[in-house]
Amino acid sequence: MAIAFSVNGKPVEVEAEADTPLLWVLREDLALTGTKFGCGIAACGACSVHVDGAVTRSCSVPVSEIAGKAVTTIEGLKGADGTLHKVQQAWVDAQVPQCGYCQSGQIMAAVALIEAVGTPSDAQIDAAMTNICRCGTYPRIRKAILAATGQAAAATQTGAA
Amino acid sequence: MADNPRPDLDFPEAGEPAAAPPATTPKKKGVKRRIFLVGSALVVGGGMFGVWWSDKAAGKHANALIAGEGEHAFMTWMKIAEDDAVTVYSPHIDFGQGSHTALGQMLADELDADWGKVRVEQAPADTAFANTALAKGFLPTMVGEFAAGLLPDAVIGMMARGMPLMITGGSSAVRFTGEVAMRKTGAAVRAALVAEAAERLGVPAGELTTAGSVVTHTKSGRSLRYGELAAGAAARSLDRDPPLKTRDQWKLIGQPVVRGDIPAKVDGSAVYGIDFTLPEMRVATVAAAPVRGGKLVSVDEGPALAVKGVEKVVKLEDAVIVVAKGYWQAKKGLDALAPKFSDGGHATMSTPAIYAAQGTLMGGGKPDNEGGAGDVEAAFGAAGAKIVEAEYRVPFLHHAMMEPFAMTGHYKDGTLHLWGGMQDPLATRAKAAKAAGIDVGKVVFTPMIMGGGFGRRFPDYCEIVDQIAVLAKQLPYPVKLIWSREEDVTHGAYRPQSSARLKASLADGRITGFRMDYAQSADAESEVPFIYDLPATTRRHFAYQSNQTDGYWRSVNATQIGFYVESFMDELAAAAGEEPYRFRRKHLAPGSRHIAVLDEVVKRSNYDSPLPDGVGRGIAIVECFGTIVAEVIEATLKEDGSPKVLKAFAVVDCGTTVNPLNAEAQIMGGLVMGLSSATAEQVTLDKGAVVERNFGDYPILKAADAPPVVDVHFIESGAKTGGIGEPGLPPAPPALANALAAATGKRVRTLPILAQAKA
Repeated sequence: MAIAFSVNGKPVEVEAEADTPLLWVLREDLALTGTKFGCGIAACGACSVHVDGAVTRSCSVPVSEIAGKAVTTIEGLKGADGTLHKVQQAWVDAQVPQCGYCQSGQIMAAVALIEAVGTPSDAQIDAAMTNICRCGTYPRIRKAILAATGQAAAATQTGAA
Repeated sequence: MADNPRPDLDFPEAGEPAAAPPATTPKKKGVKRRIFLVGSALVVGGGMFGVWWSDKAAGKHANALIAGEGEHAFMTWMKIAEDDAVTVYSPHIDFGQGSHTALGQMLADELDADWGKVRVEQAPADTAFANTALAKGFLPTMVGEFAAGLLPDAVIGMMARGMPLMITGGSSAVRFTGEVAMRKTGAAVRAALVAEAAERLGVPAGELTTAGSVVTHTKSGRSLRYGELAAGAAARSLDRDPPLKTRDQWKLIGQPVVRGDIPAKVDGSAVYGIDFTLPEMRVATVAAAPVRGGKLVSVDEGPALAVKGVEKVVKLEDAVIVVAKGYWQAKKGLDALAPKFSDGGHATMSTPAIYAAQGTLMGGGKPDNEGGAGDVEAAFGAAGAKIVEAEYRVPFLHHAMMEPFAMTGHYKDGTLHLWGGMQDPLATRAKAAKAAGIDVGKVVFTPMIMGGGFGRRFPDYCEIVDQIAVLAKQLPYPVKLIWSREEDVTHGAYRPQSSARLKASLADGRITGFRMDYAQSADAESEVPFIYDLPATTRRHFAYQSNQTDGYWRSVNATQIGFYVESFMDELAAAAGEEPYRFRRKHLAPGSRHIAVLDEVVKRSNYDSPLPDGVGRGIAIVECFGTIVAEVIEATLKEDGSPKVLKAFAVVDCGTTVNPLNAEAQIMGGLVMGLSSATAEQVTLDKGAVVERNFGDYPILKAADAPPVVDVHFIESGAKTGGIGEPGLPPAPPALANALAAATGKRVRTLPILAQAKA
């Protein structure tokens, strides 16, 4: 069936089985591979995107449910001029990613959290940031979220002497 | 890395010392003197550093591969372009551990290059780039420092040429490749640039200085850029053993340089193996026999072929693959099948059966290897000795890299092209060639960015390499094979399930004898050093092999050995009525690096400060991969019986910290992974098959339960450079168990903690 929705501000129409998860439509039909496959059961969050502004695990949402909605992926976070979103910049400043595979989802979850509560507390971070990172970057993820919301000095260790 | 999965590559005689070890070396009991080869094949294209250094053919071949117009290659390690751009080729894969950046720093520092003009790239999967330095680095581990020193270069060269290797593992990149190859290459090329400049300027080389990719003659005010000198310098012979900078001369080593791969990992543009795509490409997914060792008996292809988008069902000896337009159709097709698999005769294999078999082995079997020194039995039997015994168990652990296995293959005009993430590109080619039944020269492998590895991506035990090779060879179009998470969890190469019995004697508050019996597949004796300075110790390995493939899991045997020894040290401290830190301290060699590390973590963690009710503090210290790490954990138990870590401290002596910013991330990540494993991770077997299937029943620690901050501190001892990718992990499980024992009075001797709480 043909399903129309928007991705990163642009209207799209895809031909897909109704039960196809949004994740695979994004990755295979729309070539937006920044959104990752991790578990397929909404347990890890690597596939997190925003649907009408709400953070959503795209591996477990049929694309038919997305009809008419607005999807934002990691590729859609940058400004029109290519400037990184402040959360992405905080991730670079704090040197968060290691293997990096989960970080698209982590960033999408963090952006949604910040948009929802402004300046998240530690408890709000604990409650909202439930994505898995096998490299164990959680302390730097927390540091980056706090820095992005002006709650801590951003990492300043950049560049060689 | 303690045992050799490829005995055919053993080198049984060369490692024998020609003479008895010096009298000062305590005689080891029954240590096998053979060369352990790491992972698949150990190393090396053109011989050892010296041998390879003069291997013109390899250099020429590599030059053709990497040097473009206006670029000049120096051996297989680097090139300089006429615009001064320096490209460093790393034989190691960087899957987020930051080794590319660190290796670049080491070479660029000795080269006096402008860091802004240095790029580090993955070396092509070609034998010319096989890692000579890695052989040299691992040799002492394999045969002992003494024996390694006796191996003639010619023998090492033979090993080298016979066994190409581009392995990533054993925390080896910086400590071996960096120290042996990168620094020497940088220094030798710098010397060649200076020699070239001296000739062109007609001045003595001694009057020239280098900085920022420029050679300067201060007296005359003249200077030449590296790019201008590169062609001439590349034609010169390089010094085999150039003088290296001293620590006070370093400009880049030790600096918190940012990693070049990070920007593409925050905007979604990094292309991992699973993201790779080709025109006309199909997507496939696979189900292998649930019981490892089982075979495919039969499958009715019909139900899969009835699924829209499914094009083909491919039967392998032990698996079935469904090929479709996309992953979702392939998965639906696979789910529609009801393949019958045999159990390989392993139907009685289960987690309790393995623990029972291991217990029987330790109870009466003959050890397969024994290490240690002194008379332990005499110590146990001495009058007045207080005997303490404890038994510990740890389960299979899964790597659970976040990117499930994915490889793309395309068989075209007799050549098999492969793309994906593997820890050893050369071995990947060899394995794929064998599976496809074609010459290795007809396999081209392009390494991609990896979404984690932690030891899972050594091609020797990556069935996906065989699967994609066989699959692609029979399809007219490119195909990407993706493992579901369920396939990944149920078909791992796990950290082995392992049991240990520890026994020690105490007299006057000191340990007089210490015995560790442990049963598992691999002998850990040559891998994990025993750090305590005791009058009598013995460590006996009882070999046990289940039907599973035992893998190298981050920090390998140091995880369980560290848990055993460091849990038991706390139990001994309690039996001696002493506080655990001070008890450990008095059993470490006076003035040792271990004591310095332990003292520092105590200081930084404010170790003697009081804690709230219900909160406990635990300490542990483990040495592995040449690095000593002590950790202090403050933790409490939540109502569901799972631990909550409140604070974490790590002090590290890896000799020299090449990049503190990245080293901190590695230690922090290792600590968190260690806490995760100890908290709730376990792979269990029932009727020979893995029970756990996904993150629902193989839970990974999440942010809420990880320490909000990890205080990581490095001691710059200047000792031989150690690894950082792995050593942060092993102290965390025992430190957590010790903290919980302090908080609750109840000691966990079988991991994971949560399973014990629920039992």
